[in-house]
Parts: sequence; C-alpha cells; structure tokens
Amino acid sequence: MNPDVVVIGAGVVGACCARACVEAGLTVVVVDRGAVAGGTTGGGEGNILVSDKEPGPELDLALLSRELWAQMAGSLGDSFELDPKGGLVVATHQHTLDYLLRFADEQRACGVIAEPVAATDLPDHEPRISRDLAGGVLYPQDMQVQPMLAAAHIIEAACATGRTTLMTDCAVTGIDVDASGAVSGVRTAQGVISTRHVINAAGTWGGEIAALAGVELPILPRRGFILVTEPLPPLVRHKVYAADYVANVASDNAGLETSAVIEGTHSGTILIGASRERVGFDKTLDWHVLGRLAKQAIEIFPLLAEVQLLRTYGGFRPYCPDHLPVIGPDPRVPGLLHACGHEGAGVGLGAATGHVIAQWITGASTSIDLAPFSPARFGASHVA
Amino acid sequence: MSREVVFRFDGAPYPGRDGQTIAAALIDHGILSWRRTRVDDQPRGILCGIGVCFDCLITVNGEPNVRACMTGVEDGDDLRSQEGTGYAQ
Ligand SMILES: Cc1cc2nc3c(=O)[nH]c(=O)nc-3n(C[C@H](O)[C@H](O)[C@H](O)COP(=O)(O)OP(=O)(O)OC[C@H]3O[C@@H](n4cnc5c(N)ncnc54)[C@H](O)[C@@H]3O)c2cc1C
Ligand code: FES
Repeated sequence: MNPDVVVIGAGVVGACCARACVEAGLTVVVVDRGAVAGGTTGGGEGNILVSDKEPGPELDLALLSRELWAQMAGSLGDSFELDPKGGLVVATHQHTLDYLLRFADEQRACGVIAEPVAATDLPDHEPRISRDLAGGVLYPQDMQVQPMLAAAHIIEAACATGRTTLMTDCAVTGIDVDASGAVSGVRTAQGVISTRHVINAAGTWGGEIAALAGVELPILPRRGFILVTEPLPPLVRHKVYAADYVANVASDNAGLETSAVIEGTHSGTILIGASRERVGFDKTLDWHVLGRLAKQAIEIFPLLAEVQLLRTYGGFRPYCPDHLPVIGPDPRVPGLLHACGHEGAGVGLGAATGHVIAQWITGASTSIDLAPFSPARFGASHVA
Repeated sequence: MSREVVFRFDGAPYPGRDGQTIAAALIDHGILSWRRTRVDDQPRGILCGIGVCFDCLITVNGEPNVRACMTGVEDGDDLRSQEGTGYAQ
C-alpha cells in the first residue's frame, strides 16, 4: 500500500479529511485503532454552530464549514439527519441579555445572521419555552447532524470512489521519517503503510500521535455529559441554550461548568447537554453534574420536569490551551499535518477542516488563513 | 404462594401474582408484544429484561414509557399497549 495520504482517526474530522482529499484527486487510507466514530464523535452531540463563536478565526472556519456541511448533505442524500433548525439563545436575566445582544452585534459584523427576540416573542419561536426569560437571539444558520451517521456515511462515500481504504481495529504505533526528517510511512498493528502525508485526526489523542513523530502537541481531555429523555412528540423546535453557555465554552476554569443546551432529535428523544470539566479521562458518572444539567434545562423548558430520562452518555472533548483547533502542516516534520483539538466543535468545524487540509496538500491556496491554527503557535518543542 | 392480583391489559382482565414484573405477568398469558415503534410501527416487548434497553415500554395507569421489566404489577393496574411515543400526538 502506498497512498498519497494516511488519515489517523475515523471520527468525524478524519472522515471529512478523507473525503476532501479524495475529492481533490488523492488516494487515502483511513486507520483507526477502534471503530468508525468510536472516539469522541460517538460521545457528543452534532451541533453545527455559528451562534457560540466569537469573532475571530474560529468563526470564519465555522461559517465556511456550515456551507460545506450543507453541500455534503446534498450530495450524500440526507444520510445523516442534517437539520437546518436554527439556534435560539436565551438569557435568564437582563444583564446576561445585555451581554448576549452586544455579542450578537459583534457577530453580525462578521456575517452571522443574529436576530434579537423580545421576551414576549420567544413563545412564537418556541411555544413551550419558559415565560420567565429576559429575551434572546435567533441564529437561523445553526444546524444539527447525527455525528456517528455523518462519520460513517462520509467515509463510506469516500471508499465507494475506490480511492479510499478503511482499516479499523488497527492502531498506529509509529510514524517513520526519511533521512531528511520528512514523513515516509506509518506503522500500524497490520504493517507499515508508505506515504508522504499523514493527517493526525486522532482528536483527544492527537498529542500521542504527534509524539510518535517526535513532536509535542498540547491536547487535553475536557469531559462532558449529556442527558437523553424518553422519546416525545416534537416539543423543542430549535437548538435552545442559555447565554451562559458561550461564556463556559471560552472559559479557562478547570472546575465544573454546566449550561443547558436543549435540542430535539429525529428519533424523538431530547438531548440535554452539556457539562465541561477537566478531570482527565475519568469516566465515573457524576450525579451532581447530571442534576445540575436537568435543573437548568427545566428553567428553560418547565415541561421537562414531567419527562423521564432514559440514559446519559458522554465523552472527552479534545482541547488546546487557547481553545483553537490545530489545523495544518507541522513545520517540525514535513509531511505531518494536524487536524485535531476541536474541543466542543469538531463536528461543526469538521467539514472546513478537511477542506483546507486537502487544499494545503494539493498546493492550492487555502480558503482560510491557517496561521492562527498552526501547531507552531505552541513553540517548537521536540519530544526527546 | 404469592398473592393473586388482577390487572387489565387493553381493557381485558387478567390474573397475576404479586411480586411479578409487568413483563412477566404479560408473558405468563402469552402476550409478547405491547408496544409499536415510532418510526416503522414494529412490535416490541422484552429484549434485555434488566432495564437497560427501554424496548419494553408500556403505559401504566395513564403514565407512558414505563419499563415493564422493571416495574412490579399491582392489583387493579390498568396496562395499555403503547403506540409511538406514548403521548397522544
Ligand atoms: C458531551 C459532548 C458534546 C459535544 N457536542 C458537540 C456539538 O454539539 N457539536 C460539535 O461540533 N462538537 C461537539 N462535541 C465535540 C465533538 O464530539 C468532537 O470535537 C469531535 O467528535 C472530535 O472528532 P475527531 O474526529 O477529531 O475525534 P474522535 O471522534 O475522537 O476520533 C479520533 C479517533 O482517533 C482514533 N485514534 C486515537 N489514537 C489512535 C491510534 N494510536 N491509532 C489509530 N487510531 C487512533 C480513535 O480511536 C478515534 O476514533 C461534543 C463533545 C462532547 C464530549
Ligand atoms: S427489556 Fe430492556 S429495559 Fe425492559
């Protein structure tokens, strides 16, 4: 096997990278030590948001990504439940509303559609919403997909071209370099794959892959839990969340943060996310966290107090110290590219990530400046 | 011997035993399915039997989505098979 590109990781980001490379005319092998979507992609939600992004490089990436997701959904025949439902961000108090409205003004200047909604008009958009809210902002560009279906169908479509091979249950154990220090191959549990380009799409484990190539990448896990209700007739139309969520996403607090994010799904269940905690890879269920999420959700949708919860699940978001993903070539190892560290937005940002990575490999100019996402921003340290 | 109870399933009376789960009481009478799925209208009854899969949902005394495998049958229970989400649309 001698593909143009080896993608490490079969989550949503690896899937998008594989597809974009294939569309750019490259041959690809996707390698995962587990199953497709067996990592964080199978432990999160599928929101594609512009609403929670502050002006800056991540928002630019998000705006491009939502266009590309819509295109992908068009060409893959609605296989992953893309729903352009729009987001509704609400504030429980006047001072949060003031903050939210200022935030929306800044976003609007960058091309986000953000429509203020007065408290009295909220029920027109969400009939079951609490009558005790201060107001909100509607974001029609927010969308949602089913992330596991998305990863699986995108990889399947890439394989159907005959130019992508998928290897699951196949751990990457080493990255080989030639005499000049450039990538020459990937060692796996099933043998060596020769290649000139490796895309590190290993999500929360991206730092381990970087270390295999002798370089450091500061990616750490940020745990999140989600509650799943019993299936219900459609009650929640948008993705609805409290304005505090935006502050939590950008926060550096190591402790527990929760802010309810509520959304209906195709199957009728309502998902209530999501907590944010830095507790390493500890999977222990924490009732305190779940209780706080439930309480906050009930504050926004009082009828949820009568609804049963079926289960909870969670995952570990891959985060970098500055909360930006790492996307692009690693100047320390020619041929090594990173596409990881997307924290709580890997689904949303996945499509654009694959797109710009494929552009870079084929020598095209990238749709977005990759400098803010470069691994060089962490300082060029090699691992001994 | 455990005490006899009488419950109703879709209106008809059936005997059961105190301490039995609703699922066991129904299966005792050869009733294997008491729900139809939301999307494809397929029949459902017990699958895991230990409260994990939520396949065995049934409406008990007007409350939908009760797990038949985890809930004891009680004298006078009104059990109804369930369509879709169990909530009138
Ligand atoms: C509670 C929660 C809610 C979330 N909600 C959202 C949301 O609404 N919207 C959104 O955009 N994002 C959300 N996220 C974040 C999102 O899930 C992640 O950013 C995204 O899934 C990352 O995808 P990935 O492909 O980079 O990583 P992963 O899906 O983790 O894939 C990485 C893969 O690499 C493989 N791998 C690792 N090491 C090796 C090795 N040595 N050899 C071979 N393979 C290896 C793993 O097996 C894994 O399959 C949420 C996350 C959580 C936890
Ligand atoms: S049979 Fe699985 S939960 Fe009842």
